[in-house]
Amino acid sequence: MTAAQTPVVYLDHAATTPMVPAAVEAMTAHLLDVGNASSLHASGRRARRVVEESRETIAQALDCRPGEVVFTSGGTESDNLAIKGVYWSRRTEDPRRVRILATAVEHHAVLDPLHWLETQEGATVELLPVDDAGRLDVDALAEAIGRDPESVALVSVMWANNEVGTLQPVDAVVRLAATHGIPVHTDAVQAVGAVPVSFAASGVDALSLTGHKVGGPYGVGALVCRRELAVTALVHGGGQERDIRSGTIDPPAIAGFATAVELAVKEQATYAARVGALRDRLVSGVLSVVPDAVLNGDPTDRLPNNAHFSFPGCEGDSLLMLLDARGIECSTGSACSAGVPQPSHVLLAMGRSDAQARSSLRFSLGHTSTEADVDALVEAIGPCVERARLASR
Amino acid sequence: MKVIAAMSGGVDSAVAAARAVEAGHEVTGIHLALSRNPASYRSGARGCCTIEDANDARRAADVIGIPFYVWDLSDRFHDDVVEDFMAEYAEGRTPNPCLRCNEKIKFAAVLDRALALGFDAVATGHYAVLKDGADGVELHRSADAAKDQSYVLGVLDQEQLRHSLFPLGDTPKPLVREEAARRGLLVADKPDSHDICFVADGDNAGWLKEKLGDRLPNTEGAIVDEAGLELGRHDGTVGFTIGQRRGLRLGRPAADGKPRFVLDIEPVSGTVTVGPREHLAVSHLSGIKPRWAGSTPSSLDGSVQLRAHGDEHRCRVTVGDTVEIELLDPAYGIAPGQAAVLYDGTRVVGSATIASTRRVPVER
Repeated sequence: MTAAQTPVVYLDHAATTPMVPAAVEAMTAHLLDVGNASSLHASGRRARRVVEESRETIAQALDCRPGEVVFTSGGTESDNLAIKGVYWSRRTEDPRRVRILATAVEHHAVLDPLHWLETQEGATVELLPVDDAGRLDVDALAEAIGRDPESVALVSVMWANNEVGTLQPVDAVVRLAATHGIPVHTDAVQAVGAVPVSFAASGVDALSLTGHKVGGPYGVGALVCRRELAVTALVHGGGQERDIRSGTIDPPAIAGFATAVELAVKEQATYAARVGALRDRLVSGVLSVVPDAVLNGDPTDRLPNNAHFSFPGCEGDSLLMLLDARGIECSTGSACSAGVPQPSHVLLAMGRSDAQARSSLRFSLGHTSTEADVDALVEAIGPCVERARLASR
Repeated sequence: MKVIAAMSGGVDSAVAAARAVEAGHEVTGIHLALSRNPASYRSGARGCCTIEDANDARRAADVIGIPFYVWDLSDRFHDDVVEDFMAEYAEGRTPNPCLRCNEKIKFAAVLDRALALGFDAVATGHYAVLKDGADGVELHRSADAAKDQSYVLGVLDQEQLRHSLFPLGDTPKPLVREEAARRGLLVADKPDSHDICFVADGDNAGWLKEKLGDRLPNTEGAIVDEAGLELGRHDGTVGFTIGQRRGLRLGRPAADGKPRFVLDIEPVSGTVTVGPREHLAVSHLSGIKPRWAGSTPSSLDGSVQLRAHGDEHRCRVTVGDTVEIELLDPAYGIAPGQAAVLYDGTRVVGSATIASTRRVPVER
C-alpha cells in the first residue's frame, strides 16, 4: 500500500472480513511444521494434535461434539456436502424421499446444488416463499411438509440471510421437521459470531460455517453434522473426516480457523452491541441524507452488522462505482457469475420489482469498522445518489 | 479529464486505455456486458460477449492499474442492435450492427451514463483520428488503410465526437501489438474479431432463421432470372444478400456460362432474382436517416464508402429530405440497409442508411 492511497472505508465485511491477529498467529505458527495429520509417526501425530485440538475448540464454541465437526474448504463446500450428501443418503434409505424444501432466499451455494439435484438426480425442489422482510413463511413450510412428509429428504433454511440480514425462524423449522424425523440443514455462514449460535440448542442436524467470515483464513470451513446423520461423501480418497470428506487435512488453516471461531463466539455479545450501534448510526445517517432510501430486511430481527438499502431511481452498479471512486467499498449483493449483474433473487423473492432490486446496496460492518467509516459513508452517499440518479434517467 | 475506457477484452482497447492513462487522464475501465445470456451468443474467444473477454479486459485493467467494472447494457443492446438487425433482415435489407452499436450503445448509452456519472469522455480502441477543425472536432481516416475504422464511426455526430477519444489514432496495428507486449498486456497476441459479435460462427443465415422463428417473412421461395423464369428453390430469403454469389445451388448453368449473383430480394413473395454481375452495377443511392459529423452540408463532391473495409467511390451528393448520392464510379452488390459513409478527402462528413439504389441501365 502506498502512502498516497485514499484510506479505504471497507463496508463489505459480509463478503469477507480481515483476519484477526490471533488467528494469523495461530495459523502462521504451524506453516513450517512438517507432518501429514494422517501419518503415524511423531510429526504426523503433532499435526493431528493441532487438528483435533482445533476441532475441540470449535465444538466448545458452537456447542457440539468434536466428532460432529467435519472440516471442509469453506461455506460452499459445506453447503454442497449437506445438500447432496444428505439427499443421497436419505434417498438411498427410502427411494420415496426425493423432495427438498428450502427458502427462496438461500445463498447460491445452496440454490445451485438444489438445482443440480433437480436436473441430474431426480430431486423435486420446493423453494418456499418469504415475507417482504425476507423471512420464511413458516405456514408454507408446514403445508409443504404436511402434504407428504414421507417424501421429504431434507429441509434447508439459512440462519441469517447474507444479503438483507434477516434472521430466519430456525427454531420453528426444526420443530416442524422433527415431528416427521426430517433432517434440517442451516447455512450459518453469516450468523456465527454475529448472533448466538448453539448447534445443540438449535436442534438442526447440519450447520455450515466458514473461516473467512469470522476473522479466520480463506479456504477452510466446516460442516457440523450430527453423528446419527448419514452423509454420502462428495470427495472420495483417503477417508479423512469420518470418510465424508477425503483429502489431506490443512492443520495451519484449521488452527487459524478454530482460533477465529473461538474468539468470535466469545466476543459475540460485545461485538454485536458495538457493531449494532455503528449499524444504527449508519442507517439513521443514510436515511437522514437520502430520506426516500428504503431499508430492506427486518428492521430489528437482523444481523447486527448488516444494512441493506434500496435507493429509488439509482442503479446499484452506478452507486457502487461512485462510492468506490471515493474509497468506500460495499456490495450490490447480486450474483455476478457471468459478468452480467442479475437482480438479486432475494429481493425479487421479497416481492420487489426488478428495478427496485437493481437499485440496492449492502453495507456490512465488521470487527475493524469505526465511527469514522460510517461517517465517511454518510457524507458521501448524498452526492453519489444524486449523481447515480442522473445516470439512470 | 475523467475518461471511461470501453474495454472489449481485445488488444486495441487495452492499449487505448493505457495510452489514455499516459496522456494524463483519470481513466476507469469498463467492459460492456451485451448478452443477456452469454451462452446464447457466441462462445469462444473472439467476440465481445464472452466471460473470457470480460476476464481479459479485467486483467488488462489490472496491468494498466485502473479501476474496472462491468456495465450491463444487455437490454439496450438487445433492443437497439439485435432486434434492429433481425427486423432489417426480415425486411430484406442488409444492416451493419457495428455502426448501430456505436451509434446507440458505445457513444450513446455508455457516453450518456459516463457524462451523468461525472466523466468527460469515452475512449475506445478504434483506428481513427480526431482533429480540431474550423467546424469543431473532425473525424478522419487512420493512415493505416487496412485497419481504418472511420467507416463504423460515421454515425457519430459532433456532440458524440466532442466526448470521444481514439488514442490509437493512426498507429499501425503491428505497432499496437508490440506496444501491448511491451506493456505486459497478455492480450497482445489475441486474434482480431471480424464477425458480428453476437452471431456464433459467422453464420448469419442460420442464426437469423433460428432467432426469427415465426417472424421469418418466408421459409421458402423461388429463385428466378430477370425474365421471371424459375431456376431453383431456396429455404428462406433471410439467407440471401444482394451481390451474393455462393450458396445459390442452381442446377442449371446460365446460358452464357457466367456466374450469377443475387440482384434482388422480395421478402413478401419470397422471390430471389439472380443475374450476371454487370447487372449489379449501381449508379445512384438514395439515403435516409442521415448523421452528420459536423454541420449539415447541402451538397458535397467527395467520396463514399459502402461497407467496412470497402472501396471508396467518387460521388456527388445532394442533401435534402433524403441524401441523394450519384456514384461517379459504379458500385456492385449494394443492398438497402447498408450504411453509406461520406468523406471529403480523409474527413468523415457523415452517413446515411441506403434506402434504395438505382442500377446502371442495362441493354438487353
